[in-house]
Amino acid sequence: MRELKILAVVVFFSLLTYYLVEPYAHHEMHKKVDAQGNEIKTESQGFKYNGTADIAEAERAGDAARVAAKKAFWADVAEVAKLEGNAAAGEAGFGLCLGCHNGANMNMGGVIPPNLDHAGTIYDKNYLIALIKDPAMASNVDHKYADTMMHPMGSIKSMMSDNQQIADVVAYILENKSGEITPKEAYMEACMRCHAVRYGKLTQLGETPVFKHEKDALAHKIKVIDEQDTVKAYMGKLPPDLSMIIRARSEHFMETFIENPQSQLAGTSMPRVGLNHEGYEKVKAYLTEVGDPSKAKREALGPIVIGFFTLFSILAFLWKKSQWRDLH
Amino acid sequence: MAHFEKAKNLNEWLDQRLAVNTLKRVLNTEYWIPKDINFLWAMGMVLAATFGMLVLSGIFLLMYYKPDTNLAFDSVNYTIMSEVGYGWLWRHIHGVGASIVFLIIYIHMFTGIYYGSYKRGRELIWLSGMALFVAFSAEAFSGYMLPWGQMSYWAGMVITNLFSGGSLEAYGLVEWIRGDYVPGDAFLTRFFMLHVLLIPLVIIGLIVLHFGTLRIPHVNNQEGAEIDFEEAADLYKAGKKKESKVIPFSPVFLSKDVFVMGVYFILFFYLVFYNFNFAMDPVNFDPADGLKTPAHIYPEWYFLWSYEILRPFGKDAGLIAFGIAQLALFFLPFIDRSPNVAPAHKRGLFQVWFWVLLVDMIVLTAMGKLPPTDPTFAMLGKISAWTFLALGPILFIITMFEKKIEKGA
Amino acid sequence: MKEKEKGRRDFMGMALGACAAVGGVGALYAAKRTWDPLPSVKAAGFTTIDLSGAQENVLVVEKWRGKPIFVLKKSADMKADERDVVIGSDRFHVSIGLCTHLGCIPAYAGEEKKFKCACHGGEFDASGHQVFGPPPSPLEIPPFKIDGTKLVLGETGPEYQKMLDAGLTV
Repeated sequence: MRELKILAVVVFFSLLTYYLVEPYAHHEMHKKVDAQGNEIKTESQGFKYNGTADIAEAERAGDAARVAAKKAFWADVAEVAKLEGNAAAGEAGFGLCLGCHNGANMNMGGVIPPNLDHAGTIYDKNYLIALIKDPAMASNVDHKYADTMMHPMGSIKSMMSDNQQIADVVAYILENKSGEITPKEAYMEACMRCHAVRYGKLTQLGETPVFKHEKDALAHKIKVIDEQDTVKAYMGKLPPDLSMIIRARSEHFMETFIENPQSQLAGTSMPRVGLNHEGYEKVKAYLTEVGDPSKAKREALGPIVIGFFTLFSILAFLWKKSQWRDLH
Repeated sequence: MAHFEKAKNLNEWLDQRLAVNTLKRVLNTEYWIPKDINFLWAMGMVLAATFGMLVLSGIFLLMYYKPDTNLAFDSVNYTIMSEVGYGWLWRHIHGVGASIVFLIIYIHMFTGIYYGSYKRGRELIWLSGMALFVAFSAEAFSGYMLPWGQMSYWAGMVITNLFSGGSLEAYGLVEWIRGDYVPGDAFLTRFFMLHVLLIPLVIIGLIVLHFGTLRIPHVNNQEGAEIDFEEAADLYKAGKKKESKVIPFSPVFLSKDVFVMGVYFILFFYLVFYNFNFAMDPVNFDPADGLKTPAHIYPEWYFLWSYEILRPFGKDAGLIAFGIAQLALFFLPFIDRSPNVAPAHKRGLFQVWFWVLLVDMIVLTAMGKLPPTDPTFAMLGKISAWTFLALGPILFIITMFEKKIEKGA
Repeated sequence: MKEKEKGRRDFMGMALGACAAVGGVGALYAAKRTWDPLPSVKAAGFTTIDLSGAQENVLVVEKWRGKPIFVLKKSADMKADERDVVIGSDRFHVSIGLCTHLGCIPAYAGEEKKFKCACHGGEFDASGHQVFGPPPSPLEIPPFKIDGTKLVLGETGPEYQKMLDAGLTV
């Protein structure tokens, strides 16, 4: 009886220390506060994009002009979303996209335009509309492009401004540029142009081939470095390698960050990429594949080992009892 | 050459040459432990088992780890975690074990303080134990450098900066410790040597010493009572097990140890498989970057109370306070002036002192992690640091005036 | 009573010991797997060699699983051998370039059309058969698969399987 009391005391103080040092401290460390000192709760919007978070940010910053601009922009997007898109008509419009999104792996204005083969599967409809209307506003990086640079995709604004045209192209994408996609493909289409994954042998140029001769391997490396330098100049710094990101950030961080990078790293030049829920799950699955491949094995072996020690403890208890029986 | 008869069996053959039967009696079957103990007495064996797990998992990690700043991170997080068969298991066991061992060390230490197991006759047990605490701390710190993540690098940077000695400005010393201007390759490889060879040898030596210092005074008991071990042993050997106040280490004490260890391993492996972020901090999964300090750096939880004594004061005062705090615990047997060997609940004010110490160390631990920019946390941190420093002199005074407990009362 | 006590004690002790032993075996299995060659090593165990540009009587040395591989396109005056790799009308001698005596790499003497090992003077003919000195057996044929004009070492094709069954590979 007394031993149970002692155990309870030990457990209590251990758990108290754990609580203070882990959940509580991490909450305090990552808390975001506004100018009045009130906590800003960063929640995921479920991978739906309607500008709510963007507008709220601008309001907190007290920038009336930006608030108005964003409100107008996202209202525009909502208008287009209401239109009935004609996929057949949209094919012609999509031809304009192919000009840059052509799979030639050529850097244009800072990055290699991503492959759109499965854009209909992994990106959100609202976001696609917003992206064509104004890429910088859609990605919430308009603060980067204020007066100086133009977004690499900025020219699309003038090439395709008719709301019906945009609706048609998006309908085309959703219908024809969709289908099954592997986690790796999803990552390559959505993220690879900026973020390498060395554990998956992916660089900004794509999968790294196996070279027989060292000279060829080095030549490829130089090409990769050149591309990385271009991306670095465009982004301000080289976007980090994401090999271990799935263990370096919490689930909550990943969700909210990918949905709206500004919510976690205010002022960042990383654009929102507009993944929908399925796109996010696929990307997350790939990042887990490369960064935490033992997860499934852990979850399979865990019950066995814990079960073993439970049995061991029961047998040990019985042995202990038999040893101590004639001592009291 | 001594005279040797032909042995009848293997046991007798070994006994003639190695005195195995004598060893068995002295270390196991006739090594007497008091009967009046609780499960806290098993913490020593739990520590030995955890140390064994750390050595074992460490051996497998050592087969694939590359001590080179360019290769270290990937050798751990790619090769070991995803390529090596069960590499992830050894890594998780090693990381979680390194953290949980300190929980058990603290429980073990506080058990000793509560029951007065550091008092007359047992001073060396306490001192060798404190030396082990220091050795384990050095082992943990050096080990944390090895994955060469962001936390490894910046912890290395901050802690080696301590050696500049505040106003002494001994930057040359800091550079010498690092072998470079900043933590780099030389720094990594020397801590690799310390972690893998030198400190483990020191720990093993200290464990042997720690066991040695136990032998003559014997293990303490829940009442702090003095036991005539010869008499009790004779009683036990005569078959009067109920009357005897002692039990043999093997198999009786060991059976309780093994049970406690079994339960401990359930917790241990639950953490290894399901809840390990407290030991394998996400920040260290970012590769080391000397040009970017993470938003929050902090030591592992078991160093937080020390860290927090350093923080609230100015540079020099902080270092002095830090030094005093470390030494104070060492000198506990000599600060405590009372002759009573008894559990805290029988020692009046000492009991209060004990709980204040425990709570104070937990507050210090929490404050060490919480951002000092918050004024409440900063205040709490300062108060608890001053409290800790005051506890030494307060103990001296309390125990000077402690009423002597009559034996047999 | 005492005997029963002791019996129960021993039984529990043995049951516990058996449980611990099972755990120990599990741990040993995990330890064994830690020493297994890594996936990246096993994946690198296949080498493809393009034979289309090979010249007669000119030795080409490739690498496979860390070992040197001799590829020699046979000229007309070299005897045909059951161990040859035949692609169309061309015959090749393909072997692991390690002397079967004690593992040194023999050099190829083009005029004599022989492999000569400098370590202890062993000699092999253009088909890899030992013809002089201490080597006890011919140069070993590695597993191979013919893929057009390419040879994939590390994979077992039907031609290799035939040689293996006839005991010609060593």
